[in-house]
Amino acid sequence: MAIQPHNHESASLSEPPLIAGNPTFRSVTDKISRIVEDKTRLNWYLAIAFTGSLMLMMFGMIGWLVLRGIGIWGNNIPVGWGWDITNFVFWVGIGHAGTLISAILYLLRQKWRTSINRFSEAMTLFAIICAGLYPAIHVGRVWVLYWLVPVPNQMEVWPNFRSPLLWDAFAVGTYFACSVMFWYVGLIPDLATLRDRASTRMRKVLFGLFSLGWRGGHRQWKHHELAYLILAGISTPLVLSVHSIVSTDFATSILPGWHSTIFPPYFVAGAIFSGFAMVISLAIIARKVFGLEDYITLSHFDKMAKIMMVTGMMVGYAYVMEFFIAWYSGNTYEVYAFRFRALGDYAWAFWIMILCNVVVPQFLWFRKLRMTLPYLFVISILVNVGMWLERFVIIVASLSRDFLPSSWGYFKPTIFDIGTFVGSIGLFLTLFLLFLRFLPMVAMSEVKGALPQAKVSAHGALDSDEARK
Amino acid sequence: MTDNKKTWGVLAQFEDAPGLLRAAAGLHNAGYRRFECHSPFPIHGIEEATKEPRSRLGYIAAAMALIGGLSAISLMGWASAVDYPLVISGKPFFSYQAFVPITFALAVLFAAVGTLMGMIGLIRLRFQHPVFDSDRFRQFSDDGFFVSIQASDPNFDLERTQSLLASLGGNHIEVLTE
Repeated sequence: MAIQPHNHESASLSEPPLIAGNPTFRSVTDKISRIVEDKTRLNWYLAIAFTGSLMLMMFGMIGWLVLRGIGIWGNNIPVGWGWDITNFVFWVGIGHAGTLISAILYLLRQKWRTSINRFSEAMTLFAIICAGLYPAIHVGRVWVLYWLVPVPNQMEVWPNFRSPLLWDAFAVGTYFACSVMFWYVGLIPDLATLRDRASTRMRKVLFGLFSLGWRGGHRQWKHHELAYLILAGISTPLVLSVHSIVSTDFATSILPGWHSTIFPPYFVAGAIFSGFAMVISLAIIARKVFGLEDYITLSHFDKMAKIMMVTGMMVGYAYVMEFFIAWYSGNTYEVYAFRFRALGDYAWAFWIMILCNVVVPQFLWFRKLRMTLPYLFVISILVNVGMWLERFVIIVASLSRDFLPSSWGYFKPTIFDIGTFVGSIGLFLTLFLLFLRFLPMVAMSEVKGALPQAKVSAHGALDSDEARK
Repeated sequence: MTDNKKTWGVLAQFEDAPGLLRAAAGLHNAGYRRFECHSPFPIHGIEEATKEPRSRLGYIAAAMALIGGLSAISLMGWASAVDYPLVISGKPFFSYQAFVPITFALAVLFAAVGTLMGMIGLIRLRFQHPVFDSDRFRQFSDDGFFVSIQASDPNFDLERTQSLLASLGGNHIEVLTE
């Protein structure tokens, strides 16, 4: 399997092969294209029926929300942001791992990303779709949503460009648009593969249209590669900027528990942490279902788990630092806010969060656990639970206790809060299932380019020494 | 009615990636310029071997980023300081610090759109192309390595070009018509 050391002088230190099982170019094409081309399996229908029902339930609830207003949720005064914004931050955070894998790891020449970047980018897109839903519906009067956009409206007032909430709309919008374009540019050569293999007229036309008449010419590759590099380059700062801007929604307010300069890096680390947890959960399932053991090897999980552990410890550091600063600042309200966080009404959420985000990732110090998928799966799910609770604790616990006891309150979710959240998981998984069925989930052309037999030396001869590495 | 069809060029298949690179270098040395190497993945070395200039896409992206950033600043400055100034938490009307995130976002967005559109423009989008007439050519997106030479190349000569391709290791040499 994947982790066998091969017969090389420095076997103990050399990297395992990126793709196991010595594939040829053709076997890569066959394996990945078949997933798209074979007859749809019954299990897929069952899965999408389930996730689709959840999604439809959510749309029903959103319809009711538009009819009746925000009051159907548990939101109240002072807790004006409840699960809606918790879910928004949760989903947008998940997207960040996909961009990190596809952009930052590309710039860092981490070749192992080739077999996981396509579907983690897809995950990014679908997570942003789920995220974008919440700010849109939480305004209550969704029909005046266009007030967020700088178009002339009936009040002749422009949106307030000095507000982080507006920055957020631009940041998330840009993030989604750039992710779609980056994803699409990477897809073009693979869509051409599917076009050339297409057996039905509809596939020929659709894949032909979207592959833009791709001929794989060396001048085409030249522009394509540079386009990919530029998009990776401009997506890289987005990994850091989007969640930083999301965090300013909170950090620029004066609320104890939110008003903090640590928020941007703290949120970014949390985003990558939760995103990798989601990539790992999805990859473990997809690998098993589609038999991609040779493409997503245990070494991939090892590396992803390491990133998850590192970002998890950054998050843990931020938790400690928040408490330290609250104490060190000597600010009564700040001290109170954090005492309330750890011991007050939402202490249960806080301590589960600490357990999931700080204690559980410590198991990843053990290589054995990083490479044992059932354990890793449980850990990744727990991290996702923990990261959702983190946003809940930050948002709800801080809002429910501010400066005056007369304005204290308590937030309790209603069935509509729960249903809308569960439904967004349904939306996410439905989109993901559609993607798995209709588009190549592994970047074939990139994987082929990373195979040993793709290497050429300057003289045009196969460089066998390089190839073996 | 084959007489009506003009010869577009010649297509040849090569064994593997190094073979394609050798062929590219060989053709370039023989003075050919209007040829294209088709491969399932980018082969690094062909640009050097054929002295291909760098893609100009970077300039397009940079120009678009500049346009995006400047339009963001002008939009925000005009809307908040000229058209309808509003005092909000005592901040200056033209508070450039607060304009940074949106300026950055729009610069990135414009650059990305410019990159995608620029690439589509530069890769010579053609849904109908003589190479697609060849049945073998379909393999290029799987595991095939091809060279196509256009008849419009000054050095092109149906006989000599075909034998040159064969001597460089080309198989399944086909003549393509327009």
